[in-house]
Amino acid sequence: MMFDPQVIIEKLPEIGSGLFVTLWLWIAGVLGGVVAGFIVATARRFGGKIVNAVLGTIVEVLRGTPFLIQIFLLYYGGPFVGLMLDPIPCGLIGLTVYSAAYYSEVFRAGYASVPVGHVEAAACLGMTRFQTISRIQVPEMALIVLPPAINLAIILLKESAVLSIITVPELTATVSAIGSQQYAFLEAIFILAIVYWIIVELTDRLGRVAENRLSRLRFSKA
Amino acid sequence: MSVPAIAIRKLVKRFGETTVLQDIDLEIPEGKVSCLIGPSGSGKSTLLRCLAFLEEATSGMITINGEALGFFEDANGRRERLPANQIRAVRTKTGMVFQQFNLWPHMTALGNVSEALKLVRKVPKAEAEERAMVQLRKVGLENRAGHYPSQLSGGQQQRVAIARALALEPKIMLFDEPTSALDPELTGEVLNVMRDLASEGMTMVVVTHEIGFAASVGQQISFLDHGRLLFSGPPAEIFAKPRHPRLEQFLDTYLDRGASMLA
Repeated sequence: MMFDPQVIIEKLPEIGSGLFVTLWLWIAGVLGGVVAGFIVATARRFGGKIVNAVLGTIVEVLRGTPFLIQIFLLYYGGPFVGLMLDPIPCGLIGLTVYSAAYYSEVFRAGYASVPVGHVEAAACLGMTRFQTISRIQVPEMALIVLPPAINLAIILLKESAVLSIITVPELTATVSAIGSQQYAFLEAIFILAIVYWIIVELTDRLGRVAENRLSRLRFSKA
Repeated sequence: MSVPAIAIRKLVKRFGETTVLQDIDLEIPEGKVSCLIGPSGSGKSTLLRCLAFLEEATSGMITINGEALGFFEDANGRRERLPANQIRAVRTKTGMVFQQFNLWPHMTALGNVSEALKLVRKVPKAEAEERAMVQLRKVGLENRAGHYPSQLSGGQQQRVAIARALALEPKIMLFDEPTSALDPELTGEVLNVMRDLASEGMTMVVVTHEIGFAASVGQQISFLDHGRLLFSGPPAEIFAKPRHPRLEQFLDTYLDRGASMLA
């Protein structure tokens, strides 16, 4: 048996459509996770003990169980509780909820990184909670949360491969199907690895550019 | 006799089981510089933070220019929390200066000073910056307006922080050990700005370890020890001999730190 990636590369249009599904699910999942994660972190910080405990428990469960199992339960277990979802919406919801749990932890650390005194100074000047969050806390934590946020996005890209088990026609599902058809499974997996790696590399560079831009604002060490 | 700038009545502050402030009664007259002194752990910073509503008193009441701060307590001791917008309004009558400056690192000096004008007073940007420049000029830093906090010395940062606190034109300025985080060489420029403010008739409450400053600029000295206000009065009276034994003991620790002229 020869190692011949050519038989896979011939199927470029199909790979492209799988890549497209992966990219939009991933980007939507990350954006949704960032927004929801920020809301969760903010609610945990300011919503009182009960809200913090309830959300904290949900976050712990989501972080404490494999994504593979969560998505399996949501897709195959959902119908038992009346939740019938098509593969793609199910994948999108699963990815968003899972990433929200992790992003909420990133933002929790972000809030903790802003010195209490900076918030007290805003309060003394009569700023509202919302003004303090948007004008002081978020800009101050931005540089702190950016590297872990990018890192998490990269992990989520790779986790999105799990969606292939609920028949989402994303990159991993598409390419491995081609591999089976062409009797070239190893070649398929090899191409797959390269495609993921290219996206990760691009994301990483984008993250560095953003980081450099942000750090050009001169933050004091205090 | 007009309404005092700040009136503190039967103020108690507890953190859990620990009583940090016990039955503090104090009136701070308008236009005067009032210094809170005492050993560390005496509760003087906590008292000041109560005045800025950064700490909520356990019981008792504070009024700022006759308006209740945070809570209203009637004669029967029934206490009621005031609405958030009312609390914000009363808070902006005071400006707070912190030991650690607490400037926002992502904004320039001008941004730090103009921010509250824009957000809280809804002043248009151009006018807010113009008014912020007036305050920066007052602390001698108009030529540092475009600098970020990390590009300024400690003394300059504290002067920007004073300008920021002055931006909303408060009637009262609160200072929490404003020079304690500074090199001795840099304390002078901050104390000078504070002297200027005092000479303009600003009501000031200053928690300080600078006994020399308290004795020369302060018009009311209050001595706290173990959460109690032991005594309060004009410096001539407080520092005149014979002194209260606890104050004598406290001042002894300062003799080798520049307060020897009081000995």
